[in-house]
Amino acid sequence: MHSFANPTRFLRLTRALQPWAAGVALVCLAAGLYFSLFASPADYQQSETVRIMYVHVPAAWMAMFCYVAMAAGSASFLIWRHRVADLVAKATAPIGASFTFLALVTGSLWGKPMWGTWWVWDARLTSVLILFFLYLGYMALYNAFDDQARGARAASVLALVGVVNVPIIKFSVDWWNTLHQPASVVRLDGPSIHPSMLTPLLLMAVGYTAFYAWVLFLRVRTEFAAEKIRALRFRQAAVPPARELKSQEG
Amino acid sequence: MAEFFAMNGYAGFVWPAFGLSAVILIGLFVSSLRAMRRTEAELAALKGTDGGENA
Repeated sequence: MHSFANPTRFLRLTRALQPWAAGVALVCLAAGLYFSLFASPADYQQSETVRIMYVHVPAAWMAMFCYVAMAAGSASFLIWRHRVADLVAKATAPIGASFTFLALVTGSLWGKPMWGTWWVWDARLTSVLILFFLYLGYMALYNAFDDQARGARAASVLALVGVVNVPIIKFSVDWWNTLHQPASVVRLDGPSIHPSMLTPLLLMAVGYTAFYAWVLFLRVRTEFAAEKIRALRFRQAAVPPARELKSQEG
Repeated sequence: MAEFFAMNGYAGFVWPAFGLSAVILIGLFVSSLRAMRRTEAELAALKGTDGGENA
């Protein structure tokens, strides 16, 4: 694992994995959409609105998955000073924020016809809204300092403190009374959902995960390039070109 | 076909959920790809100006 802390090696790895992530994402999302919209039944209680599940649940899973990835990256940056881990966390934040936004909005579009309301301030919905603000706070804090290293440290601390919210989201449906239904896939006694609905759900979940990896690789490459640009500019500003030095001597 | 798009009366909830997901994810992908191309091109240009010494 530590060998990936080497930026050059990590960059080579992302380039090698990128086409695989792209392929898995495109195939799984295409198949997932086909099953979500055509090859799966309507629910006996929820009718056609059950199809919202296939974009809502994977988005909500990824919202939490990305946060854990961001917090893990921040932790190894704070503890071992891994620059790569910090860049992975920074690149993950906007992706996680997008998934969280989608989980909130698609949930709202599902809640209106099924619960009769767009929004309730219950434990599940409120804790996911807090997750969204944690992502925004991380990104704002990262860019709030002129000294990039200070911003990175401050944002990493926020990411670590906010990780306490993740188990709260997961167990909120068990700990408190809420309109939101409890888990029906990730349960100790196995999924309680029919295979005809589990198929599109899992395809979309794998597709979303591969999509995250794909976009993450693009963004990490961007961060590495931006880092090199900063270093080059800094060197150019600090060391005057050799010609000028000579003319001063003369 | 019309029946499919009607989603049994829930078209106003199902299609916006899928449509917004597509818009946000495609938008995220396109903006990430463009940022990468722009930054890598800028880096290549910068390396060109110092004769590739720091490449």
